[in-house]
Amino acid sequence: MALQEKYKELIDAAKSAGTKNLQVSELDGVLHITGEAPSGTVKDNLWNIYGKIDPNFLTGDVVMNINVATAVEGARLKVITESSNLNIRKGPGTDQPIVGKAAHNETVTLISKQSDQWWLIRTDSGEEGYSHSQYLKPVE
Amino acid sequence: MKMKQISAVIIAMGLVFLFSCKGKPKDSELQAKVTEKLNAVPGVTAETKDGVVTLSGSVTDEAAKSSAEEMAKLTEGVKSVTNNIVVAPPPVTAPPPPAVTADDPLRTGVEAIIKDFQGVQATVEDGVIKVSGELSATRWKTLKMALDGLKPKKVDATGLKIK
Repeated sequence: MALQEKYKELIDAAKSAGTKNLQVSELDGVLHITGEAPSGTVKDNLWNIYGKIDPNFLTGDVVMNINVATAVEGARLKVITESSNLNIRKGPGTDQPIVGKAAHNETVTLISKQSDQWWLIRTDSGEEGYSHSQYLKPVE
Repeated sequence: MKMKQISAVIIAMGLVFLFSCKGKPKDSELQAKVTEKLNAVPGVTAETKDGVVTLSGSVTDEAAKSSAEEMAKLTEGVKSVTNNIVVAPPPVTAPPPPAVTADDPLRTGVEAIIKDFQGVQATVEDGVIKVSGELSATRWKTLKMALDGLKPKKVDATGLKIK
């Protein structure tokens, strides 16, 4: 319960922002927060609050898995790589052959989600395949 | 003459007694009425003696306790109500434990993410991702967000240095 006190502001913010299926539970001294934020902005805000309570996320007492509700089939996604191109692969996994590339800051379309990590996308030039979701952010 | 008076008094007393008994509902009737009303408040039982209803049992909130008392009081013929109902809030059910990814898929997930983060290593053991190396604060935030998305038990960054 002490953890829930420490991260009260974060939990309250997630609740008041309308995070769907919000689950807050503890396991071996780690607070697990999962849910679906209504927008990428809400997700960013939650991560900012988390970073305020635990500077640089170094304590390791929280695992926060917040998805964004707008990342649905047909949604437009922005490629948010650091600077390089994003690999588009034949299947969901880094062992899969690269079948295309999407440029940094390019906008692509989400076809489906194979998992939370691997999304099937299509570029505007028609290249289709799987990319890692950490480099894709819904355009709002 | 005296006997007549006495017997008249006795008869009068008898009548008063008779009427008074007739005017008062029996405990068993009261009991039935009160019990019927209390069906609306589960967990509460009533006992009636000489028109006095004693409520007992357990409810989850104060409102249920007072509404049971009110129902008993409003039952015709009830003289008074002793409210012995205990308010016991329902036990707080702990949320289900978080789903933690098994080590093998977790390792695959970590490898796919970490390959793009130069200068950082990560190992997986018993659901815990241990991160070490050196990284800028913004890159670490990106990495942490991605790692948390794999549903690990914990992300241990004690071996990580923020540049």
